Amino acid sequence: MSSPSSPTDLNIDHVAALARLALTPEEKAHFASQLGDVLAAIEKLKQVDVTGVEPTAHAFPLFNVWEADAARPGLPVQEALRNAPAQRDHMIVVPKVVE
Amino acid sequence: MSDALHYQSIAELSAALQARRISAVDLMQAVIARTRAVEDRVHAFNSYDFEDALAQARASDERRARGEARGPLDGIPIGLKDVIAVTGQPLTASSRMLQTFVSPYDATVTQRLREAGAICWGRLNMDEFAMGSSTENSAFGPTANPYALDCVPGGSSGGSAAAVAAGETIVSLGSDTGGSIRQPASFCNVVGLKPTYGLVSRYGLIAFASSLDQIGPFGRSVEDTAIVLGAIAGHDPRDSTSWRADVPDYRAALQSRRGPWRIGIPREYFGEGLDPEVAASVQAAVRFYESQGCTVKDVSLPHTEYGIGVYYIIATAECSSNLARFDGIRYGHRSKDAKDAVEIYAESRAEGFGPEVKRRIILGTYVLSSGYYDAYYLRAQKVRTLIRQDFLNAYRDVDVILTPTAPTPAFRRGAKADPLAMYLCDIYTIGVNLAGLPAVSVPCGFSADGRPIGMQLIGQPFGEAELLAMAHTYERAHAWGQRRPTL
Repeated sequence: MSSPSSPTDLNIDHVAALARLALTPEEKAHFASQLGDVLAAIEKLKQVDVTGVEPTAHAFPLFNVWEADAARPGLPVQEALRNAPAQRDHMIVVPKVVE
Repeated sequence: MSDALHYQSIAELSAALQARRISAVDLMQAVIARTRAVEDRVHAFNSYDFEDALAQARASDERRARGEARGPLDGIPIGLKDVIAVTGQPLTASSRMLQTFVSPYDATVTQRLREAGAICWGRLNMDEFAMGSSTENSAFGPTANPYALDCVPGGSSGGSAAAVAAGETIVSLGSDTGGSIRQPASFCNVVGLKPTYGLVSRYGLIAFASSLDQIGPFGRSVEDTAIVLGAIAGHDPRDSTSWRADVPDYRAALQSRRGPWRIGIPREYFGEGLDPEVAASVQAAVRFYESQGCTVKDVSLPHTEYGIGVYYIIATAECSSNLARFDGIRYGHRSKDAKDAVEIYAESRAEGFGPEVKRRIILGTYVLSSGYYDAYYLRAQKVRTLIRQDFLNAYRDVDVILTPTAPTPAFRRGAKADPLAMYLCDIYTIGVNLAGLPAVSVPCGFSADGRPIGMQLIGQPFGEAELLAMAHTYERAHAWGQRRPTL
């Protein structure tokens, strides 16, 4: 796919599916128009000359951090499951994913 | 002096506790009484647990009786934004998604405050998942500005700012991703500090945009803010972005560091859109520093106008990724109607998230999606580099940068229904997060109709001691922060 030519490239059905977010038809129409305005503001970034500029993911350099490989107490099972929407026998209950 | 207990400073209260003129239980009861009296108008809290707070106060009194008091915070009530984990207490992020969630562990900041003896209490209201600038995006109703009840307290940490301003707690913690501590501090006439990225652990903070988020303190004075920062700052092995920096004695620095400072005034922060009363108050503060022997110099941060665009790409991209964990499976809201796993994800998220969170997830997913990554996300990260370099270039000539915190004083609820108009509230605060710098908002005046105005001091990385000393120099000569709201 080529780079976007205009903010109207926002295909809200496709993006909502990627985000696993069910939207009503009203939300889709509303968000598409509001985000069109926001994307128009974002388009201004195209005016900036970024030739040779390195991207910044974090304001300070980050290095991988290793922890000592030592056992320590974790959350007890009851605590870890305390907020599960459905549970049985120390497991989270989910719908069947294979037939 | 001799404000009601709920409006006293940490220094006054800890002296009274130490001299046994009051007990921690007396203090907690005074704060509870104040909260009961004003909370129906302010709505700073999502919930509170008076019994738990009083039990912590009794424990503090018992420590003191044994001669084991832990320092200035022992027995001082501190309210926590409802995005910071406290064992056994609700943690909702003001979202229906987490309406029934109870935290199984303490955030590092919570643990450190407990070690200092502070009473961690209350779940303070906020914009849902910290996304917003007015606390109107809370699923549990908006917070009012104690100085103008029909106006917003700012956001996203609006409850944290309003509770301190209204005397419903002595100090509080918020979180700041694009201005969410500083802007509500300026709207509510309190001091609010966003630390250098990495100074304060994010462990136990519900993530919004991980490369921008920092936890920081609110207080009614610079000294109170400095005391809380000293308790929560410092390296934490449980946060891999936590920095191995020395934590200076911020409170002592208020006395020992007296400037004079070289102050930069960025011309891009004083242009179109700045309210004239805000401009006049901030310019008066600049003249004050000049009268104290500080050098004032014009500086330029030429990429300022791109800050909003960069922020709303990077923050939404990170949020779309961070909020993917809310899928209705392991915790949080699960839709009753869904028939299979994919429907559980999509329907639970549709039912659990409010409109602003959905908008940002959509935008963030879009800018990261195949074919758009280079045009939006990568370009934004490159402009982020230029914004950071602007600040570092300015710091060759000046020690600190002084700006308005927000373009206007607090606005009326409902006044900014258009998302883009709301996003522009953060225009002076966003650059600081993108560059990872520390900044503090300090009360510096009122509009003619009585709404507070704040100025922002932006420091160099890990320059919090200098920033707080500079803020203290201003505060000593001005009484804005002592003007209480009429409630």
